[in-house]
Amino acid sequence: MTASHHLITVTVENKPGVLARISSMFARRDFNIHSLAVGPTEDPTRSRVTMVVDGPDMEQIVKQLYKLIHTIKVTEHKVGEAVERELMLIRVNADPKRRSEILDTAAMFDASAVDVGTGTITFQVVGEPARLSDFHELMKTYGIVSLVKSGRIALAKASKDRPKKKRNESKQRA
Amino acid sequence: MSEQLSGAVILIRSLEHENVDVIFGVPGGAILKAYDALYSSKIRHVLARHEQGGGHMASGYAHASGRVGVTFATSGPGATNLITALADAYMDSIPVVAITGQVGSASIGLDAFQETHTWGISMPVTKHNYLVTDIHEIPSTIREAFHVASTGRPGPVLVDITKDALADSAEWRGPGAIDLPGYKPSVKGHPRQVKAAVEAIIRSERPVVYAGGGVIRAGASKSLLEFVEQHHLPVVTTLMGRGATPDSHPLTLGMSGMHGNYTATTAIQKSDLLIAIGARFDDRVTGNPEFFAPHATVIHVDVDPAEIGKIRRADIPIVGDAHAVLKQLLEESEAQLARTAPQNRTSWFETLKEWQASFPLAYDQKPDGPILQQFVIDELSKRAPSDAIAVAGVGQHQMWASQFWRFEQPNTWINSGGLGTMGYAVPAAIGAKVAMPNRTVIAIDGDGSFQMTFQELITAAQEEIPVKIAVLNNGSLGMVKQWQKLFYNERFSATEMSFSNPNIPMLAEALGCVGLRAETPQEVIPTIEKALAITDRPVVMEFVCDPDEMVFPMIVAGGSNDEILMRAEDLK
Repeated sequence: MTASHHLITVTVENKPGVLARISSMFARRDFNIHSLAVGPTEDPTRSRVTMVVDGPDMEQIVKQLYKLIHTIKVTEHKVGEAVERELMLIRVNADPKRRSEILDTAAMFDASAVDVGTGTITFQVVGEPARLSDFHELMKTYGIVSLVKSGRIALAKASKDRPKKKRNESKQRA
Repeated sequence: MSEQLSGAVILIRSLEHENVDVIFGVPGGAILKAYDALYSSKIRHVLARHEQGGGHMASGYAHASGRVGVTFATSGPGATNLITALADAYMDSIPVVAITGQVGSASIGLDAFQETHTWGISMPVTKHNYLVTDIHEIPSTIREAFHVASTGRPGPVLVDITKDALADSAEWRGPGAIDLPGYKPSVKGHPRQVKAAVEAIIRSERPVVYAGGGVIRAGASKSLLEFVEQHHLPVVTTLMGRGATPDSHPLTLGMSGMHGNYTATTAIQKSDLLIAIGARFDDRVTGNPEFFAPHATVIHVDVDPAEIGKIRRADIPIVGDAHAVLKQLLEESEAQLARTAPQNRTSWFETLKEWQASFPLAYDQKPDGPILQQFVIDELSKRAPSDAIAVAGVGQHQMWASQFWRFEQPNTWINSGGLGTMGYAVPAAIGAKVAMPNRTVIAIDGDGSFQMTFQELITAAQEEIPVKIAVLNNGSLGMVKQWQKLFYNERFSATEMSFSNPNIPMLAEALGCVGLRAETPQEVIPTIEKALAITDRPVVMEFVCDPDEMVFPMIVAGGSNDEILMRAEDLK
């Protein structure tokens, strides 16, 4: 994530076409989406969209997202305020002579071999985006055949996302 | 078993529950069922000759009445023809609900006859839109569509309904319910911001109010007038805000911006406090925003939070409805003014008066010269009743109308501001006249603009909607020609129309209207009087005008508002 990248999660009504509305608005307003992941939430009537977007004008991006009728909540996560995860599938050249060396490195990253061919191994790596990038860098030495990443997903850390009730309780206690 | 109704009947019933009294539209295959149900309804239908016309009629109706305008179109070309009207209403925040027919849900995606992806095409030009494939969703969708169109920042909403949803049968369970958990437009401003705004106003030495179309849409003109009188604040308006305060009021400075008057534009440039209410810092107002109101602290009141800070940073942002916020400002001001005296602004008002005296909007009609467009508008405005509604197309005539028509009331100025849609005047005037049948509605049009939608005069004749159309014929696409003259070395590429224009009075007669023509300045007033006397038929007045007259003042696009051209010779 570079300096101009910002992580936001958008809670929307789970209705047909919501993603089209978001992407159409981004195209129309000349905003740029770096990565995107959409999925269900704990509430079946809601979906959550996690986006890495290019700034710098985050205020406008957030306001324009709120303008979409189906948007419930937009949260911009500052660095370190959210648990962020990405999944990467990476197929690398694996010369039989260097296999054990590759597998040793993979073990350090908890990368699991999900497919093994005659000259390649495909790893699955799950983790923080930076960790995926580090593994990617190391694998370049062996030659990368192909690579795919999921969009980033994120949840605000519990300390940043305390339920309102608790906050009120502590106020009362104080 | 209770009564089973078709989706089409349920649709019309839902519209009746929204108190819809008129629909402007054009029928077709996919929406035939709805038209069949409309046949036995009390709702009036006005048959437009083109769906764009129907859309602009709905917009003119909404502009004049403040109610939601409704338009019908069929699938495919019906829906695509409507897009310009929707984009226009979106840019100017006009509440319109468009209902389009769609092919049967089983045919969607199969390139069926007259199928187009209306939902996708209309998305970027509507506030919200729907595709309804299930009859049971019709009542709630209509309820939501009207709610979304008319609340918060108003705008167009499109509801695309499939043929099968209109044909199916279901029980009528009454109007639907609104279920929009994420849609909660702010009405009242934050009290702390309101307080800060009043403090800034009292402290200011050179304040100016910059009022936009939001004031008109919110019905806030009366409170605005009270507010500016309370603080004694000069008011500048945008194009869409004309009529927000009466032109006869001493605090009204008129329109600023690209073709605004010198005093209005310069007042903003020299102000130390800019109070923007329901205005969005459009490029036609600001010129190059870098040089706009360089010394001003900005208070920005807008119902749409996304407008605040979009172009210009607001020092005191207030999100809320213009009417509600003005009420709060009035109350807070009363309290603060009781304690604190405002700054002495004598020299500011003296300066404004000097500018008004030195740089008035003026024209010089020579008795033996060609008719000047400004003269026609001036005379029309003088002779029309004070509550007459002026409607304009887009181009030079529109700018002259905004400059020389005297607006005394809100909702008496209807034009296409944001999108700049040529051809807006004729259909919008028809919509306005349907909404306000007892008021005089005068469209001021150019010959270029007129030729884009004049076929709607057939609608006016058929439906007996007695609008008056003044065509200021200069035989060219005048505004484009003006730019060619000033910035393109007089290379008049594709703007000359004088030899190919139709005979406008004959054309008007052929369309079922009265056709009149004035060719000399002496004929102008008798022509206007003759037209004003005809109240049972639409009238078209052609004024053969000066082909070389240009709109001034003018600020070069993207230029600084400190550099106002008062005449062509000012261009370096």
